Amino acid sequence: MRRTVHALAAGLVLAAGLTAPAFAQKTTATIGMRLEPPHLDPTAGAAAAIDEVVYQNVFEGLTRIDADGSVKPGLAESWSISDDGLTYTFQLRDGVTFHDGTGFDAEDVKFSFDRARADESTNAQKRIFEPIEAVTVVDPETVEITLSRPAGSFLFDLGWGDAVIVAAESADTNTTAPVGTGPFKFSRWVKGDSVLLERNEAYWGEPAALTGATFKFVGDPAASLAAMLAGDLDAYPNFPATENLPQFEADPRFAVVVGTSEGETILALNNREKPFADLKVRQAISHAIDRQAIIDGAMFGYGTPIGSHFAPHHPAYEDLTGTYPYALEKARTLLAEAGYPDGFEATMKLPPTTYARRSGEIIASELSKIGITVEIIPVEWAQWLEQVFKGHDFDMTIVSHTEPLDVDIYARDDYYFGYDNPEFDAIIDTLQSEADPKARNALFRQAQDMIAADAVNGFLFQLPKAGVWNAKLKGLWSDAPIQANDLTDVHWAP
Amino acid sequence: MSETAIDGVNRRSMVARALRHPSFLIGAAITLTLLAAALVSFVWTPFPVAEVVIRDRLQPPNPVHWLGTDAFGRDIFSMLLVGARNSLGVAVVAVAIGIGIGVPLGLAAAAEGGLLDSILMRGSDLVFAFPALVTAVMITAIFGPGAINAMIAIGIFNVPVFARVTRGAARALWGREFVLAARVAGKTRARITVEHVLPNVASLIIVQSTIQFALAILAEAGLSYVGLGTQPPMPSWGKMLADAQTMMAIAPWLAIVPGLAIVASVLGLNLLGDGLRDVLDPRLDRTR
Repeated sequence: MRRTVHALAAGLVLAAGLTAPAFAQKTTATIGMRLEPPHLDPTAGAAAAIDEVVYQNVFEGLTRIDADGSVKPGLAESWSISDDGLTYTFQLRDGVTFHDGTGFDAEDVKFSFDRARADESTNAQKRIFEPIEAVTVVDPETVEITLSRPAGSFLFDLGWGDAVIVAAESADTNTTAPVGTGPFKFSRWVKGDSVLLERNEAYWGEPAALTGATFKFVGDPAASLAAMLAGDLDAYPNFPATENLPQFEADPRFAVVVGTSEGETILALNNREKPFADLKVRQAISHAIDRQAIIDGAMFGYGTPIGSHFAPHHPAYEDLTGTYPYALEKARTLLAEAGYPDGFEATMKLPPTTYARRSGEIIASELSKIGITVEIIPVEWAQWLEQVFKGHDFDMTIVSHTEPLDVDIYARDDYYFGYDNPEFDAIIDTLQSEADPKARNALFRQAQDMIAADAVNGFLFQLPKAGVWNAKLKGLWSDAPIQANDLTDVHWAP
Repeated sequence: MSETAIDGVNRRSMVARALRHPSFLIGAAITLTLLAAALVSFVWTPFPVAEVVIRDRLQPPNPVHWLGTDAFGRDIFSMLLVGARNSLGVAVVAVAIGIGIGVPLGLAAAAEGGLLDSILMRGSDLVFAFPALVTAVMITAIFGPGAINAMIAIGIFNVPVFARVTRGAARALWGREFVLAARVAGKTRARITVEHVLPNVASLIIVQSTIQFALAILAEAGLSYVGLGTQPPMPSWGKMLADAQTMMAIAPWLAIVPGLAIVASVLGLNLLGDGLRDVLDPRLDRTR
């Protein structure tokens, strides 16, 4: 009898123990990401994974980009722009401190921008700072930035992860121990596994609802699926395998939010080499690509076809998918005219993302129909950066360009796909000093038209941002106007 | 095992034993099917194997596509046939490398003994000390992924296996009367090896081959699974499995078909090897 009572008591204790966590409000979140950042300093690296961990969570800029892509005040409370568009005066927030306790003032802004635009700077977006002529400290709470020419998107650009404000004391160690002003403090980095953040109790603004967050790096799509289903991850803002979305949608435990991203996915062609230097060959390739088949086959229907290097949700977007419609006969004729009646052989180096590997197999099959024999070479990211991006040693590759409004890459000297058109460069030059939104949009349209007509690359589709998270977790971004996982407003619904 | 010798064995009784041996028969049937599938794929597949037909994607098994289609609308049955060819191709070459290098080394070590024996055997210990598949991954990662490099990587690990098996059996033979008689008759070590030792270790090498063959198929599937073996658009069982992983919930046949193919081939070859050992060596048969 006594034993029974004990067993009963034990059972009760056990039951209480099991049910208790269900009542206690969860205050942390574990976020899944595909790639681990190489380091944690957003002002010293191009990897999107850096911004996806620290942007707006650990580091803040003068302005910040909101979930809908609009420019909001960040560390600058307000600003004024001179009539000639050359002088920006920023009024800084009062009472802001860095995570190490040091105060934030105008000197930090001057330090950050001077550091970013210095010759030895490793900033990945130096073009943001290129128009800056001088950064002047007016008083501890006022900074004046003078530009050498008007810069149309300056306020937006200052909201990028590359333009966040760092402190002179910690700038050199931000790669491993980032110190910013954001609502979360860096806590720990378990290399190969996760980065832990904890709430910054001394935050200048509304404190974050979460007491902590873990960014966990799960590279394998199948493992990501298992981790989500098991509840090991609370959210996967950029789920890599779209074929699993219906499974999540059918499960009431999860919310599936498919939003827009800035990722123009392209079949990049090495324009500086034969046969891709020939416009007719590039046109033939564009004609041989069946975009809808690629979206259906590689993305399980998620994705918007694009006909140029521009995001469909932008007001200046033009639908140019009809420039070179899917037409095999036309493609064969063009190839023959270019001197390749029997086609040719080419290699395709594919980075390890699901979209690239799958699209690559489909495109290889499509191109074989017009006689182009494609040898697929799978590469890892490091090899891709080394061989394709830096070394220009490739024929074709597939990659998604996830930076916002990045059509200007087609004007860069010696960029990896090697497009060189002075007329296009002139459009981008005008664009960079144009501040009027209407005029800017007209220029954006011209730019889109030109690269579409020149068939610089095979323009495939806009990458969707397929977010999957626990249905009770609220406040994550549905779109990705900038590379970020902003946790400021993230909270658990009761 | 080391006493293997087929001298004096009646061939007719060997055939009779084979026909009575269930695991030999099952193993042989599976292996022949595999071989037939691989050969057929050279001349015929129901659909072109690399042809992507997106509108036909993810069809469950049906009268047109007997084993269904994958996410790109490719016919799974066709891929299975060509996959068999690729698996067998890699395995044949890998085992050939093992036999071609390992057997002569083993014979030489047994014949010469002494320092050469020590060097060769410690050398194979060294190769054995590395986990085979991990090193195969390393080799293909360094020299680039592809079927050829997979063959070489898997082949390298077959070398010490054959060297050891051959050396063990051959050393036992060197102590036997008929070899001593040959030595007394003045034959050179090399000649004795070729005329007397090799024929008597042959059956053992054949049995070991079937086992290594099964392991090579498994290794090829493993390398292709991690993307280091046969490259697309060439289908391979390992890659089919890898592609199927995230689609288990929506298209389970994508994983089941290549999975069963791998299991069946490895099982078949192991049964065949087991059976062959009994058939070729009647003395062992009685002990079990």
